[in-house]
Amino acid sequence: MEIPKSFLGYKRENGRAGTRNHVIILPVDDISNACAEAVANNIKGTIALPHSYGRLQFGADLDLHFRTMIGTGCNPNVAAVIVIGIEPKWTKKIVDGIAKTGKPVEGFHIERTGDIGTTMKASKKAQEFVMWASEKQREECPLSDLWISVKCGESDTTSGLAANPTVGNLMDKLEPLGVHLCFGETSELTGAERVCATRGATKEASEKFMKTWSSYNDFILKEATDDLSESQPTAGNIAGGLTTIEEKAFGNFQKIGNCKFIDVLEPAEEPTKGKGLYFMDTSSAAAECVTLQAAAGFNIHLFPTGQGNIVGNPIEPVVKLTANPLTVKGMGEHIDCDVSKILSREMNLNEAGDELIKTTLKVANGRLTCAEALGHKEFVMTKLYRSA
Amino acid sequence: MATDIIIHDKKDNVGVVVIEKITPKQECACWIMEDDSSTNIQSVDEIPLGHKIAMVDLKEGDTILKYGHDIGKVVKSIKKGEHVHVHNVKTKKW
Repeated sequence: MEIPKSFLGYKRENGRAGTRNHVIILPVDDISNACAEAVANNIKGTIALPHSYGRLQFGADLDLHFRTMIGTGCNPNVAAVIVIGIEPKWTKKIVDGIAKTGKPVEGFHIERTGDIGTTMKASKKAQEFVMWASEKQREECPLSDLWISVKCGESDTTSGLAANPTVGNLMDKLEPLGVHLCFGETSELTGAERVCATRGATKEASEKFMKTWSSYNDFILKEATDDLSESQPTAGNIAGGLTTIEEKAFGNFQKIGNCKFIDVLEPAEEPTKGKGLYFMDTSSAAAECVTLQAAAGFNIHLFPTGQGNIVGNPIEPVVKLTANPLTVKGMGEHIDCDVSKILSREMNLNEAGDELIKTTLKVANGRLTCAEALGHKEFVMTKLYRSA
Repeated sequence: MATDIIIHDKKDNVGVVVIEKITPKQECACWIMEDDSSTNIQSVDEIPLGHKIAMVDLKEGDTILKYGHDIGKVVKSIKKGEHVHVHNVKTKKW
């Protein structure tokens, strides 16, 4: 198949391109959720991104909170942002971070005004932003404007046999065309960590990966009361035939095809070394991982599943694929790309990879994903440790 | 020919059932992805889609190979054709 050279995206002020054109209402902290949701309820076409944190965090955990907030606002799938926090200082810090992209952003703080006054002021600005954004048109953008993140979920053995290798096939075909790619899931590479480390493009990248994985593993060994067998593999994984974390890891690892990663990113860190594949240190919980990848600037997500994970994200469209025929049969409304014919050998990996590229481009051009149509917008902040 | 079981790598000592289920004493057609070769096995247990079958006899302490890699250890001996899962295999991690 000849791969199209372009897609129809929204060009942003900083040179990036979006696959979506969202106006978001971003609460800085948990207690500002109500106000953010009130604004989104008032002004049609905006979405609020409620979450559970943002108070009394400190150190690296607070840095990650800001990086995730600012990164989410900066994502090219977002046209404009209203930031609402309880206090002026942290609110302004997030507004200033997003403003560097050149996109419209305005912050409001609730202290001394209250929810009702803040909702009124923020709603007026949100209306202005959403009407401005609604005039934006999709334009032809080079394929290299796609930043594709991947993560698998509710995996079973069909993920490792077919759905994950299909993503790997897509990566092998799109990497030479200059797209950015990102995989994560530090915990779910356990058992395959040494093989994964050999896939660093440089000695530095390989060493950085092993350091990241070891630090995660030390944390597990310190916190675990027994072992992780209650959560890794999950009950869903085991029902699907996966027996050990090592088996899951080698299946997981099929997603990167033959690509080599050029750098290891902190959670929600924007890649800065240009096109190519990156590894990001993330949890393997689906919504946390996708939220971090979206905050790093990735604008379309590929999600292979076995038993049928249903996750979505408010700003980054999540494309689902599966090779499990029972999942297609039982919960087809969640599956954007069916590659189950690989198992019956009626389709080969090359054909499956092409199908996934076609689906990805349709979604990049604006077709809704199953998760979008079903209203999935899981926005889940990663928390590194307890608050002060 | 229809495939009942897929094996990733020639070195693997387990295969994955890719039809809805195999029944005891079923003659199963296996496809080895790595070199596109074929083999056969007779099942002992009923094994559902996605679950693994032992391609050889395995004793306690043996290593399970899948994708050509170590994915865990045998904790209860397994006969060729039997179901391989959490009841007879455990992780070497943690």
